[in-house]
Amino acid sequence: MNAFLDALIHYDFLQGALVAGLLASIGCGVVGTLVVVKRIAFMAGGIAHSVLGGMGAALYYGVDPLLGALLAAIVSALLIGGVRLAWAAQEDTLIGALWAIGMAVGILFIAKTPGYATDLVSLLFGNILLVPERALWFMGGLDVVLLVVVGLCYRQFVAVIFDEEFARLRGVPVSFFYLLLLCLVAVTVVLLIQVVGLILVIALLTLPAAIAGHYLHSLGAMMVAATLLGMVFTSGGLALSYGPDLPAGPTMILLAGAAYVLSALVARLLARHRAAQRARAGG
Amino acid sequence: MSSAPAIAVRDLSFAYDGTLILEQVDLTVLAGEFVGLVGPNAGGKSTLLRLILGLLSPQRGQIHVFGESPRRAARHIGYVPQFPAFSRDFPIAVEQVVAMGRLGQGPWWGWTRRADRAAARRALAAVDAEGLAERRIGALSGGQLQRVLLARALVTEPRLLILDEPTANVDQRAEGDIFDLLAGLDPRPTILVVSHDIAFISAYVHRVACLNRTLTCHPTDALDGELVQHLYGARLRAVAHDLPGPCPGAHRHHT
Repeated sequence: MNAFLDALIHYDFLQGALVAGLLASIGCGVVGTLVVVKRIAFMAGGIAHSVLGGMGAALYYGVDPLLGALLAAIVSALLIGGVRLAWAAQEDTLIGALWAIGMAVGILFIAKTPGYATDLVSLLFGNILLVPERALWFMGGLDVVLLVVVGLCYRQFVAVIFDEEFARLRGVPVSFFYLLLLCLVAVTVVLLIQVVGLILVIALLTLPAAIAGHYLHSLGAMMVAATLLGMVFTSGGLALSYGPDLPAGPTMILLAGAAYVLSALVARLLARHRAAQRARAGG
Repeated sequence: MSSAPAIAVRDLSFAYDGTLILEQVDLTVLAGEFVGLVGPNAGGKSTLLRLILGLLSPQRGQIHVFGESPRRAARHIGYVPQFPAFSRDFPIAVEQVVAMGRLGQGPWWGWTRRADRAAARRALAAVDAEGLAERRIGALSGGQLQRVLLARALVTEPRLLILDEPTANVDQRAEGDIFDLLAGLDPRPTILVVSHDIAFISAYVHRVACLNRTLTCHPTDALDGELVQHLYGARLRAVAHDLPGPCPGAHRHHT
C-alpha cells in the first residue's frame, strides 16, 4: 500500500488513473441508482456493448473513439427506448440484437484498422492507466452534464421511474424523460468504459447503487452513497492491483463484487435479526 | 365552462385487439355528483376509467371532462388506481409519494419544495394518515397504502376524483372508513368510484352505473337484493335493465 502511495505521488499516469476513477464514480453513483431502481441493468448492458460498434468505426475513420462511443451509446439508447415506448413490447430481444450487432460491427471495423490489437483489448477491458488528460476533461464535462440534468429534473425523473402512469396524468412528458434517462445511462456507460472497459461497465454501474440500496431508503441518499462506494472501489482496486501488477479494471470489479456479496449477506442477516427482535418484543 | 358536466361520454365504443370492450356507452356525471360504477370482472370498468383519464383513446364516440378533452382536463382529475403501478420496494417515503401529486404546479425544475411538502402533509391529514409521512412506501399495510394513494390524488386539488376499486385490498372496516372519508371531503369534488360491492356503495353514492360492455344507470333507491344478485349471479342476462331512472344521457337497452 505504501508503495502505491509512493508511486501515486511520483507518477502522473497513476494520478490520472485515480482522477478517472473518481470522475467515473460520480456517474455510476447518480445514474447507477436510477438504473438499479428502475431495473434497467440489462438495457444498460445492451447500450454498453453496442458502443463497440461506434468505437470501431471511429478508430477506422480516424475520429476520437470516445466521440464514436458517445454517439453509438446515444443512438442505441434512443432505439431501445423508442421501441419500448412505441410498441409497449418487451424490448429484451431488441436489446440482445443491439448487444451482438454492436460488437460484431466493432470487431469488423477494428479488424480492418491497422494496429488494432492493443486497442481492442483496452476497449473491452479498459485501461485506466492509459487514460489521456484530454479524456479526463471529457469525463469531467460529462459529469457536469449528468449532475445538471438530474439536478434540474430530479422530481420528473423520480416520478417517471416510480409510476409512469401517474406522472403522465400529472402532465409530465413521460416519453421525453424516459428517453432522457436512457441517454444519461449512455453517457455514464461511456464514462465508465474509460475505467473498466465495456464488458465490465455493468458491474460498476449497478453494484455500488445496489449496495447502497441494501441500507438506504431514499434515492438522494442512495446516489451519494453509491458515488462514495464507487470512489472506494475504483481507488481501492487501483491500489490493490498496483503491487502484484494486476490489471486495474478487473481488480476494481472483483472488489465491488465481493463487497456486494458481503453486503447482501449482512443485509439479510440484519433483516432477520430485526424481525426476530420485533417478534420477541411482541410476544 | 363551470356549467359543463364533470364527465360527458357520448356513444363511446372501444375495442382492444378485436374484442369489443365498450359498446355505445353514454354517461353523464354532473358536477358534485357521487357516482358508483359497478359490473362484473372484465366488464370494461377500468377501460372506461382509462378513457376518461385520457390514457386511452376511443375508436368511436366522444368524451369530455369539464367540457375539455380528457388529456387537457387531466390536471383537474385526481386518480386512485386499483393496483399501484409502482413496486413496493421502491426506496421512497410516503411524503415524497404524495408530493408527486404536485408535479405540474410551480416551477418545473428543482427538487421537492417546502410548499409541496406542506401540501402533502395537509393531504395526509385529510385522510387521517399524518403519522405515515416518514414511513417507507413498502412498509405500509393495504389500508394504509390506499389512504396514501388517496392523499396523492387529493393533493392535486382535483375537481373530479376517480377511484378504481379503492377498497379491493382492504378489510370491511377500512372500506367503511374510506367511503366515510370520501363522503366527508370538504370541498367535495365530483366522485366516480368503481366497486365490486354494489350493496355497500349504495349507502354512499347518488347513482349507480352498471357496466357490462354496455352501460345502464340506476338511482340508488332502485337497487335491491334481487338486482344485486342478478348482476353478479348466474342469471346475469335476466336483468331487466330498462328501468326508467333519472340517468341523464343513459340509453335504454335490452339484454
